[in-house]
Amino acid sequence: MKVSMTVNGKAASADVEPRTLLVEYLRDHLELTGTHVGCDTGQCGACTVHLDGRAVKACSVLAGQAEGAEVTTIEGLANGSEELHPMQAAFREYHGLQCGFCTPGMVMAAVDLVKTHPGASDETIREQLEGNICRCTGYENIVRAVKAGAASMGGQ
Amino acid sequence: MKAARFDYIRPRTVQEVLDHLAEHGDEAKVIAGGQSLVPTMNVRLAAPAVLIDINHVEELSGIEADKGTLRIGALTRHAEIAASETVAAHAPLLSMAAPWIAHEAIRNRGTFGGSLATADPASEWPACATVLDATIHLVSARGTRQVAAGDFFQGVYETAIEPDELLTHVEIPAIGEGYRAGFSEFARRKGDYASVGVAVQGRVGASGAIGRLLKRGEGRLHDLRIAFFGVAARPMLATAAAAALEEQPLDESTLKAAQEALPTDFTPMEDLYMSSAAKAHLARVLLGRVMTTLYHGEGR
Repeated sequence: MKVSMTVNGKAASADVEPRTLLVEYLRDHLELTGTHVGCDTGQCGACTVHLDGRAVKACSVLAGQAEGAEVTTIEGLANGSEELHPMQAAFREYHGLQCGFCTPGMVMAAVDLVKTHPGASDETIREQLEGNICRCTGYENIVRAVKAGAASMGGQ
Repeated sequence: MKAARFDYIRPRTVQEVLDHLAEHGDEAKVIAGGQSLVPTMNVRLAAPAVLIDINHVEELSGIEADKGTLRIGALTRHAEIAASETVAAHAPLLSMAAPWIAHEAIRNRGTFGGSLATADPASEWPACATVLDATIHLVSARGTRQVAAGDFFQGVYETAIEPDELLTHVEIPAIGEGYRAGFSEFARRKGDYASVGVAVQGRVGASGAIGRLLKRGEGRLHDLRIAFFGVAARPMLATAAAAALEEQPLDESTLKAAQEALPTDFTPMEDLYMSSAAKAHLARVLLGRVMTTLYHGEGR
């Protein structure tokens, strides 16, 4: 079947099997390998992308279900410029990662939470990131990074 | 590629969905948010031959309140319910329960109707629908019918929905004057399915002179409906525990009586992680917690 959607601001379409997951479409067809696959069962959040502006787990959405939608991946976050998105910059500044595997999903979830919870407390940030698992950092620096990233995003 | 092959259909109207369901019957599966179905298909515990995607059927979405009834469309996302002021005003129990469902990214995608139709025994919405005496609206090419939540949930992943039927919306009586709601659950990790959870709604009425202003922590409990989930194949109404609290103020002895009545209502089924005895203990603790919060006026 043919699927057409807007990915990181550009029109994208391909012929795929109906059973193709959104994350497989992004990685295997569009070669956007910044979106990672961790658990494959909707628990770890490594594959988090934005579907029509809201965070979703791309391992639990079929590519066909994103027909006509706007999809943003970690590659599209910085809006094409050389500079990092403020949330990415904050993750670097506050060392919110170690191995980096969870980071794309963590950043995408963090950008969504700034939208829905402007001025979020540490506690709210921790609650909102429950669906993103990190095996390295112990989360302390991730929470610091998200707080700083939220501040530099200006609640956008 | 993880799931088994299937044909994918993307109808735009309820009528088209019904035509496809009539044609394919139990070979077909309706997919809404897919937050349970897609992972289940990925591990091939489900392998429908035909997948009918209802995400583009706009008439299935939305929250409305009219004449004391709250109407929630099947395709309404958990996150929309969590953020809805209409829901908070008419069915605060749902607003309290929503943050307990999975994680934000799943709440953005998963749907109210999908959760009810999936009927996972450890999920939040079926217990809430049971407490609120919700009416579930089903439609097929044969016509429409309405099923009370108490009759709708029949077993583990089993409901009253026939293979050719679609859950379109749910109607919930708006919360009455003087009523309060409460919700709590225990999961090994926040966002996981509950080990045990409880949903409550009831009225706190004045016990002294008529017209006396009711303070927090005063009054008597009336018309309590208490449902536990994660303890049986479907949500369990704790009628014996509710009876122990009826027309009583919430003090230590009435709460103890209610907790001691729980074994009359159910013996919890064990799961992979927790024994029946541990769940029974959690049910007592959660009942105490949720009733204390409700009684002291923070429950709404």
